[in-house]
Amino acid sequence: MVEMVSRPYATAFEKFAAGNPDILCLSADLTSSCEIDGFRDRYPDQFVSMGMAEQNMLSFAGGLGLAGFRPFIHTFGVFMYRRPYDQLMASIAYPRRKVRLMGFLPGVTTPGGMTHQSIEDISVMRSIPNMTILETGDATEVESICEAADSIDGPVWCRVLRGSVPRLFDTPIKVGEMRVLSEGDDILVVTAGITTEEAMRARSALANAGLSIRHIHLHTIKPFDHRQLLDHIGSVKHGVVTLENHVTEGGIGSLVAETMADAGVGKRLVRLGLKDTYAHGGSRPYLMRYYGLDALALVRGIEGLMGQEFGISENDLDAARIDDVHSLVKAEAL
Amino acid sequence: MRNEKTTEEVALGIRRRVFEHAMRNNGGYLSQACSAAEQLAWLYNEELNLGAPTLPPVPEPFQGVPSADNPDYHTGAGYNGPFTPEYDRLFIAPAHYALVAYATLIETGRMAPEGLEMFNKDGSSVEMIGAEHSPGMEVHNGTLGIGLSTGAGLAWGRKRRGEPGRTWVFMSDGEVQEGQTWEAVQACAFHGIDNLYAIMDVNDQQCDGAMSSVMEVGDIATKFRNFGAACVEVDGHDLSAIRDAAKEAHEGRPLIILARTSPFHTMSILEERFPRLHYVRFKSEDERARFNTSIAADLGVDPIDYAH
Ligand SMILES: Cc1ncc(C[n+]2csc(CCOP(=O)(O)OP(=O)(O)O)c2C)c(N)n1
Ligand SMILES: [Mg+2]
Repeated sequence: MVEMVSRPYATAFEKFAAGNPDILCLSADLTSSCEIDGFRDRYPDQFVSMGMAEQNMLSFAGGLGLAGFRPFIHTFGVFMYRRPYDQLMASIAYPRRKVRLMGFLPGVTTPGGMTHQSIEDISVMRSIPNMTILETGDATEVESICEAADSIDGPVWCRVLRGSVPRLFDTPIKVGEMRVLSEGDDILVVTAGITTEEAMRARSALANAGLSIRHIHLHTIKPFDHRQLLDHIGSVKHGVVTLENHVTEGGIGSLVAETMADAGVGKRLVRLGLKDTYAHGGSRPYLMRYYGLDALALVRGIEGLMGQEFGISENDLDAARIDDVHSLVKAEAL
Repeated sequence: MRNEKTTEEVALGIRRRVFEHAMRNNGGYLSQACSAAEQLAWLYNEELNLGAPTLPPVPEPFQGVPSADNPDYHTGAGYNGPFTPEYDRLFIAPAHYALVAYATLIETGRMAPEGLEMFNKDGSSVEMIGAEHSPGMEVHNGTLGIGLSTGAGLAWGRKRRGEPGRTWVFMSDGEVQEGQTWEAVQACAFHGIDNLYAIMDVNDQQCDGAMSSVMEVGDIATKFRNFGAACVEVDGHDLSAIRDAAKEAHEGRPLIILARTSPFHTMSILEERFPRLHYVRFKSEDERARFNTSIAADLGVDPIDYAH
């Protein structure tokens, strides 16, 4: 049974930031939702309430950067780049301000529908010069995201998980590296964020089907170690499958495709994720099934790549965790 | 289409439905029913000129998002009737008020009660954050602060086409913190858009608590007037005051009604939660039971049997 950690960001941010006068905690009226309510109450001098006004908040953070502060901005990911994109560019990315953008509810981790689901943020951030991108896939990564982000000399986009988060890893994020979760030689599976847990659910079923999977988890999406990825691609016989909580354009599937094309690698690549579509509102397991982001979708993707069916059904996969819609670890039901 | 019920009855019915829903689900956007029930009841039951619904009483399941491959895509606006020139249009700008809006559709006979049972269920169109395919919605407004601008554009367009129907926007006070709200009013004044109407639930609340503790917005009535709107402030629980406010002359300008409300009006026990009322979840079974008994008595109904 996987260990579940309650509100890891709340604890980690406080441990990291408390008492450091150069670190400021900015919030846009989603303070409990982003798990910084305890920090606000205990360290009011380091907390800056910006109201529901994200455009101003981003340029304001740029100004704080000019004054030598390292602001950590907290809101749902979507609200931090869609409306205030211009402010993100002009006030933060271009001048390389040390602003740490903590984006909650990545991809389909929320039933809030189109307006709450950041499904193209990685694509957007990858195309912004000077931007670093980190994504958390478990509680240990959430616990280490603040140090990792703050080690960067420039702006950092982070996809942060909240609420009840599984612990899959026992070592912190080391920026620029990738985690090798299994070292098989048939197929390379590349995942990030919540899709890593999905790939792990399929692990034993794939092994039983006689497939040797090499599985890599990415927490650092930009900058990216292309050389290391190419080594892994070189170690497998058949090809690569990527699975992401994001549209398949511009995210980690594209990142892998570009790496392969640039190096002239002639292996098959199957990119799984949201296929040029918006999502709608619903529970996470439902959305992951409906849009093909779950363990079963990965199995089908691998079957597609191999041109062969392995007779694996839902029952052969490890059980999916069902999050409570209403749970004390979340400020609301989003 | 007019309802047989009085607007007071509709408002009470909305609160009873939202209360029942919140009890059964151990929480929800409950305080928004306290503050906004009169406003939405008044809009649907009296003020808006709407035709009969064009969509089935029991909402269809989710039918996909807009895309070239989805030619039958339609929004949930059909619950407000057809889009013909004489009829009014309504946007629910703060999409988290969807639960209250759905309850209003039921109370005014536009949606079947079963619709609320589909709320936030997988595969349903009756979404927690009202989507444009959700009953009564015409555009996506879950990203707050965009509703008034869309309303302004629709109103301008309808005026250009000579349509007599008005465009109404139901707003929340949190939206005044977004710069876009002010850009919308500025554009309305500049273009003389006077077929646009807004009623705003000024409950002084937002997610983090009292607005004054999160980001002070000051005298918003004066601000709206200075930006070029006609603006009337009323007690948002006083229906006759709301009725009078809508008669305010506003030639060449949009009319914005600020409905000053209490986030625990008619559910006195909610005051225990002040100032954190944006989303009410019961912290223990004991609290749930106490709220159940107290609110049921306030609303004149039996406590909800939420074990079933
Ligand atoms: C652009 C944007 N930023 C943040 C949010 C998250 N959010 C949803 S409701 C809300 C509070 C807004 O205040 P109000 O609508 O007055 O809330 P209520 O009175 O219902 O508490 C916030 C910050 C959002 N939906 N859109
Ligand atoms: Mg409010």
